[in-house]
Amino acid sequence: MTLTSLAQATYVVAAVLFVLSLAGLSKQETARRGNILGMVGMVLALAATVVLSLDVSQRDPLVTGLLIVLVFAIGATVGVWRARTVEMTQMPELIAILHSFVGLAAVLVGYNSFLVEEADAVHQIEVFLGVLIGAVTFTGSIVAYLKLAAKMKSAPLMLPGRNWLNLGALVASAGLMAWFLATNSVIPLAVMTAIALALGFHLVAAIGGGDMPVVVSMLNSYSGWAAAAAGLMLRNDLLIITGALVGSSGAILSYIMCQAMNRSFMSVILGGFGTEGGTVASGGPQGEHREVKAPEVADLLSEARSVVIVPGYGMAVAKAQYPIADLVSRLRQQGVEVRFGVHPVAGRLPGHMNVLLAEAKVPYDIVLEMDEINDDFPATDVVLVIGANDVVNPSALDDPSSPIAGMPVLEVWKARQVVVFKRSMATGYAGVQNPLFFKENTAMLFGDAKDQVEQILAALRSREAAAV
Amino acid sequence: MIIGVPRESRPGERLVAASPASVAQLVKLGYDVVVEAGAGARASFPDEAYAEAGATVGTAANVWAADVVTCVSTPPDKYLSKLRKGSVLVSMLAPQSSPELVERLAQRGVTALALDAVPRISRAQALDVLSTLSNVAGYRAVIEAAEEYGGMFTGQVTAAGKTAPATVFVIGAGVAGLAAIGAASSLGAQVRAFDVRPEVAEQIESMGGTFVAAPEAQQEVSADGYAKPLTEEQQAAAMRVYAAEAKRADVIITTALVRGKAPITITKEMVASMRPGSVVVDLGAPGGGNCELTVPGEKVVSDNGVTIIGWTDLTSRMPRHTSQLFGQNIVHLMALLTPEKNGEVTLDLEDPVVRGMTVTHEGEVLWPPPPVAVSAAPAAAPQGPSEEELAARAAAAEAAAKRRATRRNLLAGLGAVASLLLLAFADSPTVDRLTVFALAVIVGFYVISNVAHSLHTPLMSQTNAISGIILVGALLQIGSADPVVATVAFIAAAVASINIFGGFLVTYRMLGMFRKDV
Repeated sequence: MTLTSLAQATYVVAAVLFVLSLAGLSKQETARRGNILGMVGMVLALAATVVLSLDVSQRDPLVTGLLIVLVFAIGATVGVWRARTVEMTQMPELIAILHSFVGLAAVLVGYNSFLVEEADAVHQIEVFLGVLIGAVTFTGSIVAYLKLAAKMKSAPLMLPGRNWLNLGALVASAGLMAWFLATNSVIPLAVMTAIALALGFHLVAAIGGGDMPVVVSMLNSYSGWAAAAAGLMLRNDLLIITGALVGSSGAILSYIMCQAMNRSFMSVILGGFGTEGGTVASGGPQGEHREVKAPEVADLLSEARSVVIVPGYGMAVAKAQYPIADLVSRLRQQGVEVRFGVHPVAGRLPGHMNVLLAEAKVPYDIVLEMDEINDDFPATDVVLVIGANDVVNPSALDDPSSPIAGMPVLEVWKARQVVVFKRSMATGYAGVQNPLFFKENTAMLFGDAKDQVEQILAALRSREAAAV
Repeated sequence: MIIGVPRESRPGERLVAASPASVAQLVKLGYDVVVEAGAGARASFPDEAYAEAGATVGTAANVWAADVVTCVSTPPDKYLSKLRKGSVLVSMLAPQSSPELVERLAQRGVTALALDAVPRISRAQALDVLSTLSNVAGYRAVIEAAEEYGGMFTGQVTAAGKTAPATVFVIGAGVAGLAAIGAASSLGAQVRAFDVRPEVAEQIESMGGTFVAAPEAQQEVSADGYAKPLTEEQQAAAMRVYAAEAKRADVIITTALVRGKAPITITKEMVASMRPGSVVVDLGAPGGGNCELTVPGEKVVSDNGVTIIGWTDLTSRMPRHTSQLFGQNIVHLMALLTPEKNGEVTLDLEDPVVRGMTVTHEGEVLWPPPPVAVSAAPAAAPQGPSEEELAARAAAAEAAAKRRATRRNLLAGLGAVASLLLLAFADSPTVDRLTVFALAVIVGFYVISNVAHSLHTPLMSQTNAISGIILVGALLQIGSADPVVATVAFIAAAVASINIFGGFLVTYRMLGMFRKDV
């Protein structure tokens, strides 16, 4: 038994733990265990690596050891600080920026590997691919972060011939790879890195903010592939396995999202929402809407037997999840059946709504998915649509010319009464007018979602006080 | 302006055109309201309640001299002659069947608004008294039937044996029919319902009834929301349905009214085929009756012991709620007529709702109004694609799908061959690593495929933390003697470790928030 073989054995254990960790995260009951298993796997893998690294150190192991300690100190300080302080509404931004770190690390590791290792064709290809994917992930994630944090316009950037630009970047990279293989010079590698950075920027900049859930999970996948490429060049099985795991899980997550929107992956990746159809212009008002005030909604709720709440990004923006949770527990105490209907692409991150509601201590077993709740709408008395728009748009089902045609939506209009919380009559992310607002059984409650929910709560409270 | 609410003049009428609650709302619109003493007594609304709501309690003379008079049924001549010139009469007037009444109102210079002529458009629903009355009548029909029927509507299994639930057959799924279906099924009966308009099937089922489908007897939607007269074949087919259903029904509630006239739906023979003790409630009685044996206003028993109820005052038998809802309809009408909320009636004849109801105005007869298209009708149908277009589209989509599949297979084949060639040139350790890579990809797919939607975000931050494993690569390079390599590796290791700590902890934090309901 050598140190290397011991490290290899530890890597196998760590890899198994990672697989179990991801498997555990697929169910609520096992999710925490999955999280812990991942941490254990990571500790094992890093411990083995540190030992190995000290062993192969070309310098005084003490210096190397100090550097490693410093690395962990930086990582722990910054990482723990961010994890502690991040607001749940900003989760998408945090995840996006973390992806960019993996991308950056992959680029740097790739360059190092190029500098220190022998040049043979296979290794050259691996380095080249690793740097390429890493660079795309790096700038792509930064753009995603900027868009999510509203530091950059979230509307899609429309350069003329943008698909040709992307294709051109790939073709140029292929040419540079041939050059790199022939000469093993740093120049083609550097030129390619610049092109890949620009490609990552352009790819994500061309995607509208509404598609960010798909983009974030796609970048997640890229960061995995970058790690796998690094594993191939460093001949490290743990990196390969883990990278491939993350890569494929990110890919399948993106695929699930796209399915939920009934759109092909390519159409999401290659362009903004509704840019092809041209029917967006038909977004004028389509009739009269009816307005209600908070006390009337309180009346409705206190008489209802079954209530469904459909949250959307607007809830996250207004941070309305806390008063909503209050409202829900109050109604439930009075014996009203309250449930949540969450569309797969509500919010800016897959599962975004679930995290926000969990933060506000809404029990997860009353938060249902679209398929679970859609059949129950006809038997529902009141539906509260809070800051959601496109995911409850009936024209997705009955207007074939709509840009969101064919996307499965929550069929809230089948309920007896729908109340839509909205700031104004403006259109949703897809820029499509929503006929739901003009239906007879729909009432609009204008204003900030949080204020309005609080007013409803106040009305309910005063009613209760009056009844006593 | 003053709104007058008289006692209803029809003998036995228990309704009143305003409730204390609706009076308060009329006052809010800026009107003074005069209620005739005892007007609401039979609907359990005492005079004091009206006074409390802001009305003045007055005599018949006070009421009929008001600027606006609202009542339920058409007032007799002796009251009409008391109306002032230029005043507004709001009432049910049946203008299509009483031209002399319309003529007289025009001569007197009265502005007459017929409550039973509200156009059936969505916006006018709030003031459609026919919907209100039909709704109550449908409910009451079930109550009348339940009283007459010698059994329980719901089926029961008891220690003393079991009883079968009553079978209720409802003809016509308009407002009254749907209300009857809802009331009967909430009493536990098995409800079957038929309507010549096939599009109401969904509504019937939503109220708990079973739709009796008979395509040969059903027709298309008409532009004004009412059923059209049937063709002869359709008529014959419908009669066959009624005959078949009558045999198995304990209770039949028939609500067929086509523009005020009641077609015959239940013949003598059908009644004869019913079990003794069965009940027919005929909501078509005011129009002459849907059942051949119906005597409007009376209850008769057939030779074989079937009770046929032909009450024409079903709404009046629930005066409290009917009056409340009716009064609310009037409030909505007055709100429409009083856009300024200043207590002054503004008659906007450009508004299709107002125009549709206005029978006479300033001495002129304005009946019948120009037709109004119903918004509830499927307006999209004519401009939608025809069947051939749809078929062509489907064929095109199929062809496109086939082309895509071919292309996909071709690409996959090419990819497989290319990777095979590449692998054949690579050395064996590389092939080993690629094997590991391929297997790990597949494991990843299967592990993630059935992840719960609510866990997508934690999953993503967890995989993000795990992808920080690239730190391993950086750590192995950090001991390099080359200072450039070591520095670069240090930076890479630092950012990757942020990822690991941040990712795991934030996942942990998120998962801690999910809790199950206790």
